[in-house]
Amino acid sequence: MIKRQVLQGNIIVAKAAIDAKCDFFAGYPITPSSEIAQYMSRELPKLGKDFIQMEDEIASLGACIGAALSGRKVLTATSGPGFSLMQEHLGMAVMAEIPLVIVNVMRGGPSTGMPTKPSQADIMQARWGTHGDHPIIALYPAFAEQLYFETIRAFNLSEKFWNPVIILLDEVIAKAHEDLTIPRKKDISVYWEKTKKIEDLNIYDRKIGQNPPRVDFFKGYPIHIDGLEHDKHGWPTTDPDTVQKMQTLRMQKIYHYLDEIVKFEEYEMDDAEIMLFSFGVSARSALAAVEMARAEGIRAGLFQALTIWPFPKKALAERFRRVKKVLTVELNMGQAKYEIERVAPDDVDKRALLRANGVPFTPAEVLAAIKEFPR
Amino acid sequence: MRDYERYIRYRTFPTPWCPGCGDGTILKSIAMAFAELKYDADDIVVVAGIGCSGRIPTFFNTNTLHTTHGRALTFATGIKLAQPDKHVIVISGDGDALAIGGNHLIHAARRNIGIKMILINNGIYGMTGGQVSPLTPQKFFTETTPYGNIEPRFDVVDLLVAAKASFVARETVNRLIPLKQVIKKSFQHRGFSVVEVISNCHINLGRKNRMKNPIDMTRWIATKTVTQPEYDKLDPEARRHKYPVGVFVEDKERLEYTDLYYQHIVPAAKAEAEREAARRAGRKK
Repeated sequence: MIKRQVLQGNIIVAKAAIDAKCDFFAGYPITPSSEIAQYMSRELPKLGKDFIQMEDEIASLGACIGAALSGRKVLTATSGPGFSLMQEHLGMAVMAEIPLVIVNVMRGGPSTGMPTKPSQADIMQARWGTHGDHPIIALYPAFAEQLYFETIRAFNLSEKFWNPVIILLDEVIAKAHEDLTIPRKKDISVYWEKTKKIEDLNIYDRKIGQNPPRVDFFKGYPIHIDGLEHDKHGWPTTDPDTVQKMQTLRMQKIYHYLDEIVKFEEYEMDDAEIMLFSFGVSARSALAAVEMARAEGIRAGLFQALTIWPFPKKALAERFRRVKKVLTVELNMGQAKYEIERVAPDDVDKRALLRANGVPFTPAEVLAAIKEFPR
Repeated sequence: MRDYERYIRYRTFPTPWCPGCGDGTILKSIAMAFAELKYDADDIVVVAGIGCSGRIPTFFNTNTLHTTHGRALTFATGIKLAQPDKHVIVISGDGDALAIGGNHLIHAARRNIGIKMILINNGIYGMTGGQVSPLTPQKFFTETTPYGNIEPRFDVVDLLVAAKASFVARETVNRLIPLKQVIKKSFQHRGFSVVEVISNCHINLGRKNRMKNPIDMTRWIATKTVTQPEYDKLDPEARRHKYPVGVFVEDKERLEYTDLYYQHIVPAAKAEAEREAARRAGRKK
């Protein structure tokens, strides 16, 4: 029997997390993400698992890291101001290589901004928010079904690459109630390589490009986990060769597997002359605009990024060999457009439709921007 | 090899501490407490923040986690919730626990989660080179109070009593055996416990306040230390300059957080799940 339900975007993410075997949530209330915490506080104890509301977002992510190191699959959810506070422990999770998933339901910023209005302005914060060079994976679903499957994928990627994964959500998508066909258990694949018995301290010992095995406490051999730069044993070091090797190891565990991590959707791209590049709620307006343009005989297409970090450079570079007009549609003052400018060659007409007033684009507005390209 | 030495990770030696530092004494007394309680090394996790005290876990041959400044308790909370049967120890300095991590300290105490905290109070930020901390005594000179400290210090015991901690004690590095005993006692307590250990930083605090060698500074600590009965006899003005030692609170009645979670929340949620399933079955008929 196919089961369908009308669910809020936040709830779809929370539901998918539990289906991905998430068994620990620590969070702090913040609009517009609180429904995820509320759902987890109701559902996790039913499974005998843990939910805790911490004293702030820093503490939330700290508790998540602690639980992840104790063999749990962890999730936390927040919005802009909370995501800013989490940057400290996001760095710790990258450094110590901890698998966890953070949902950032973006709202208008900077500072307290507009808690109840959408914005796509945390894209660069997701990439560069925490200090130091670091690898990061950020996913950006837009439709109900994507919300579900990208959440599962976020957990799988975090487990596989031993790295935090960020899910960026738009306020309007997180708060909207939408029709979802509940996927059956057999349609979901959950990657979870449980920690084997640990026999030595050299937990970070691996070749460049190799993705690491999961390491937990209490697995037969006491280990050390450090936020300081460390050697293969996890012990603090400032030895230049070791430090350079560890930096490379961390970066390359992601950049060796780009084909597996980078995911996108294309609509009407086969013969497109104008490519729209977008994500989240803007991609939904852009898709409607593409249909309108096609009806008028304009050959437009949409490239929707599902993985925003690492940026889908390779796929875009291929598209730019043929498509010479690109329109970036985003709800901010211009962030992803800089990445497009880096990828697109000089002969591409690069334009952007930008706005940061808390109001999503209508398809008609996107269509008008498409029509501004010289024909 | 002495019994407690199996809890020491000699591979990571030498320690980064200055000669005469109290941190070594504390390292040893914690290891001795582990040995007396016969803990399995893999059942222990020692978590610490940043600072001289933050480097202590590296030297324990147990699971160890060196985290961010002031936030060790948050990591420990996650570990304790995920693995309630393990021994979760937090080591923190005064700047770590009461300045940047003050919020986490009072909330861990309020929750009564079964974390054992050793709070090392040397009254200064040692690792950064001697700046004033929330526990630096008034009028003391430091690198950032060149004209004397005008801020009053926290009384850790009073603060934690107000935050409803269920075990609060104070000892000094001068008294190794009582220190080991009180740490052992705190480890046996089921809820949240804090042992404040008065320690010496002759290099960064002592040097600026006419106590530049460890003997001067530990003598100064000795003159400040009084037992509780002695302290009770003192007038309020004299009390301000003394550190009473001993166990101040030991509340065995209050339930520990993870015990409460599994005794109250989980059964309530499971009963709700059963009611929901019954409702669904009813609808189908």
